[in-house]
Amino acid sequence: MASDMAHLRGRTACIGAAAWGCGEQPGWSSLEIMGQNARLALADAGLTIADVDGVWAATAVHAMPSMSLAEHLGIVPKYSSGSNIGGSSFMSHVLDAAVHLEAGLIDVALIAYGSNQRTQGGFRSASEPVPFEAQYDVRLPINAYALAAARYMHEFGATREHLAEVAVAARGWAGHNPEAFTRDPITVDDVLGARMISDPLGKLDCCLVTDGGGALVMVRADRAADHAKPVYLLGAGMAHDHRMISEMPDLTTTCAVQAGQRAFAMAGLEPGDMNTVQLYDAFTINTILFLEDLGFCEKGEGKDFVGSGHIAPGGGLPVNTNGGGLSCVHPGMYGLFVLIEAIRQCRGAAPGLQIPDATVSLAHGNGGVLSSQVTTIWGTADAL
Amino acid sequence: MGPEAQFKQHLADGKFMILRSASTGAFVFYPRPFIPGTGEDDLEWVEAKGTGTVYSTTVNRRSPEKGGTFNVCLIDLDEGVRMLSRVVGMTPEDVSIGLKVRAKIEELNGEPAVVWEAA
Repeated sequence: MASDMAHLRGRTACIGAAAWGCGEQPGWSSLEIMGQNARLALADAGLTIADVDGVWAATAVHAMPSMSLAEHLGIVPKYSSGSNIGGSSFMSHVLDAAVHLEAGLIDVALIAYGSNQRTQGGFRSASEPVPFEAQYDVRLPINAYALAAARYMHEFGATREHLAEVAVAARGWAGHNPEAFTRDPITVDDVLGARMISDPLGKLDCCLVTDGGGALVMVRADRAADHAKPVYLLGAGMAHDHRMISEMPDLTTTCAVQAGQRAFAMAGLEPGDMNTVQLYDAFTINTILFLEDLGFCEKGEGKDFVGSGHIAPGGGLPVNTNGGGLSCVHPGMYGLFVLIEAIRQCRGAAPGLQIPDATVSLAHGNGGVLSSQVTTIWGTADAL
Repeated sequence: MGPEAQFKQHLADGKFMILRSASTGAFVFYPRPFIPGTGEDDLEWVEAKGTGTVYSTTVNRRSPEKGGTFNVCLIDLDEGVRMLSRVVGMTPEDVSIGLKVRAKIEELNGEPAVVWEAA
C-alpha cells in the first residue's frame, strides 16, 4: 500500500504562536529567548506550561535542545525531540507533532526556537566541518548557495538583476512590517552595488543576522475548535537528497519538488489555491528555486516570475509577506518564522500587510545547503 | 582503514584514486564502502583520469589580510562523479562554468589535496 497522509489533513491545528526577541535582544541567552517564546505562545493559546506534554526544539547551540527547553520550563514531557535538519527542522517538527497528536501520544505540542547570535558575535552554524569539502576553505552555507545561483544563471540565462528583484520585493513587504529588522526601501541598483561576498551573491542577496525566537502550540482539531482562531495543518511533506553541496544531484532543482507534491497531495490543494506563500529565503536564489520547484511556475521561469513586482506588495502573488529572512528576521535558523507568518496570515493577524481573506497559506522550509525541504500548508476552518 | 583514510593515503603517495564497482563499473565520489543507492560493495581503487569540467564556480571575497580572494567550484570528473574543489593558476573570477580542467595534487591547509587547473 502506498503511503497516504490524507488522513492527517485538518486533524491538528496551531492555536498559539509567538515571535519575541527578534532583532536585537542583548544580554539574553538563546535558551531564555526560547523559553520566553514558549510561555507567550502558550498564553496566546490560553494554556499554561503545565499543559505541555510534547516538546520539539532545534537550535545552533544546544546538543539536546528539547531537554534544555523542557527543563527550563519545568515540565516532564511524554515525548520530545531535538531533531535537527537545519532551518526546515521546525516544519519537520510540525509534521512530527501532528503524527504524535493524532496517534494520541500527546495532547499539547510545543515547538520552539531561540537565538542570540546577532548580539553574541554573529552567525554561528551548528554544522561540523564537512569531509572532502572543508579542506578547500569552503565558506558555508553561502558558497553552496552561490554555486547554485551561478549554475541557475548559466542554465537559464538569469542575471544578478533577476536575483535582486527578490531582495527588493522582500524589502517592500518589510517596509510595512513594524517587526521587520530592515525597512528602508532598496532598489535593484542597491542590491547590485552592495559588497560582493560570494559571486554572484552580494550582501543584499543574503539573509539578515538577527537575534530572535519563536514558538508554536499545536493540539488536535477537536480541542482547537474551542479556540478563537485555530489554524489547521492541511498538508505537510518532506524530502532531502544530500547533506553537502557536492552531493546535490542538480543544483537548480531541489527536493522541494517532492516535499511540495506530498504536501499538496495531503491537502488536496494546488499552488493556485494558496493565498500567501512563505518561503525560506536565506538567499535570493532560494525564492526563485522554490517558486519553481513547488509548482508556482515552470523550471527556468522563476527569474521572470519574481520580476515586475509580481511577488512584491500589490503584485500577483503575496510571497514572504513579513519581509522574509532577507529583510524581517533571520536568527540563524529561520524556519519557525516562516511558519509563524503563514499562521498569522490565516489568523488575520499579520504584523505587516495582512492579505485580505487569506484562508490558506503555504510555509516552506529549507535546511542545510538546499538540502532538507519541508513544505506545510495551513488553513482556517473555512478551508477544512 | 576506511575509504576516507585510504583516499588520503593515496594522495599522500601522490596518486588521485577513486573507487569503482567491479561488477557494474559505476564510480563513486566521495569515497565510501559501497555504491550509494544500490549498495554494491565490490569496490576497487582506480587512478582517476584527472580530467573534468567546471559544473559551477564562485569567488570567495576574503579580505587581503586574511589571504585574499579564492575560487570554490564543483568539478564534474570525466568518470561521471562530482567533487568540490578549487581551480588554481588563474584569476578566481575568470573560472567559468564549462571550463575544461586537469587535476593536480597540491598541499592545502597542511595536507595534500586535489586541485584543478585549466586544461
